Amino acid sequence: MDLIIEGIVQAFKLLFQGDAEVVRIMLLSLGVSLSATVISLFLGVMLGTALGLTRFPGRRFLVSIVNTGMGAPPTVVGLIVTIFLWRNGPLGLLRILYTPVAMVIAQCLISLPIITGFTLASIQQIDRKMQLQLMALGASRMQMVWLLLKESRLPLLAAVMAGFGAIISEVGASMMVGGNITGQTRVLTTAIVMETSKGEFATAIALSIILMVLVYGVNLLLTWAQQRGKTS
Amino acid sequence: MKNPVLNCLVTRLLLASVLLVLVVTAVGCGTRPAQTSNATETPPAPANPDIILATTTSTRDSGLLDVLLPIFEQKTGYRVKPIAVGSGQAMAMGGRGEADVLLVHAPDSEVKFMQAGHGVNRKLVMHNDFIIIGPDADTAGIKGMTVAVDALKKISTSNAIFVSRGDNSGTHQLELKLWKLASIEPKGQTWYQETGQGMGATLNITAEKGGYTITDRATYLSTEKTTNLKILAEKDPILLNIYHVIQVNPAKSEKINAAGARAFVDFMVGADTQKMLGEFGKDKYGQALFFPDAGKTEAELGSQ
Repeated sequence: MDLIIEGIVQAFKLLFQGDAEVVRIMLLSLGVSLSATVISLFLGVMLGTALGLTRFPGRRFLVSIVNTGMGAPPTVVGLIVTIFLWRNGPLGLLRILYTPVAMVIAQCLISLPIITGFTLASIQQIDRKMQLQLMALGASRMQMVWLLLKESRLPLLAAVMAGFGAIISEVGASMMVGGNITGQTRVLTTAIVMETSKGEFATAIALSIILMVLVYGVNLLLTWAQQRGKTS
Repeated sequence: MKNPVLNCLVTRLLLASVLLVLVVTAVGCGTRPAQTSNATETPPAPANPDIILATTTSTRDSGLLDVLLPIFEQKTGYRVKPIAVGSGQAMAMGGRGEADVLLVHAPDSEVKFMQAGHGVNRKLVMHNDFIIIGPDADTAGIKGMTVAVDALKKISTSNAIFVSRGDNSGTHQLELKLWKLASIEPKGQTWYQETGQGMGATLNITAEKGGYTITDRATYLSTEKTTNLKILAEKDPILLNIYHVIQVNPAKSEKINAAGARAFVDFMVGADTQKMLGEFGKDKYGQALFFPDAGKTEAELGSQ
């Protein structure tokens, strides 16, 4: 119990004394995970809409792949990305292993199936008659897709929350492709693992509290956006 | 849906805040190198500034790298990416040409690594020692023993738990060598447990289980206050923990940063660095965590 209290006290100290290293770790965590969320949001919404509105042979297989990807273990994703980005690997020429860019790529791969899956489900649960009605009213295909997406704004924001939540809290992939390098690729989760293994439990708890506050803050913003239109 | 104006506003606000965070982060990342290089006169930037250093967890967990690397970077203009893994994985990375330079402590494997042509320019850097630690109560009764193999034999017959790294690290390799010398096959025994994790994590688990383990002294001293484990057997010459720096053979791939790796080797055995190594930890733990050894041979250390 004393450890938890010590951790809370230390979290406040680190936050309010503006410890440069902690601020840097926090910003990198946020930057990497938000960039990955934004990228996979664009790709995921496109993919999910396409899969939701079209019918073609092999579609069910693709959907099953997406649904499996929603539970892909970050460690496996991290290992695969690492092997691809190795100097002597297929994408070694890019020289981005152990950089934040590599972490964004890995996190994108983790959140992309989640956002695609949510989009697909929300597009499909809209009554098909609405689609027909929109077409009958003379909407172009682009206009129809846009209106359908607007209609599924609620589940889409849920998709963003699920995708962001999965990657900001993920440690396996960030550790492998980032390397937990001081001042370069250390994020909150990898720092927590390291401090724990060093026996610095209070610091680890402090960083955990910061991480949870951060996740709460982002989700508060998203929830506010999601629920705003619904309460009035 | 009910209020399109408000919806639009909300979406824009959301987008704006995301962008803001991204910009702040980008700026934060961008200004960092500039700050460090402004501190002293900037050395000419090397053509290939990134060096990947594959090293053991003990050099990071003890805080040594946090002290040495910034000095090296300021002196030479290189940027080091230290990847802290076990010595086994570090050498595997070196063998594949995925690292430029290694700082490791598994002499037997290192010799094989050199013989296989994976490395060049192997230099002795420093040493400390391994110790056998366990609970204060010492149920196996090994306190004060100076022959490591005998201590392990006694632990194995006392039903006390022994916690192994199990990760092919330098520490794990030494432990396996000791079991072999004791003619004991611990794998699969109920009292023998493998963590597969770094030294710090393994010490935490050992403390929680009230078991015994082998650790390097540096990691032990830096985690002593939280684990409450006690040094029970030490000072056997076989328990010397010797660190070498090895340059990965540049002939393996043109992607290896040979110049940077050579600069790092020179830095590690340089007089200034060696002096810092000897002082490191004295202020915090009252004793040095490492003993500088540049220029000596392994045989000289064994006779100490």
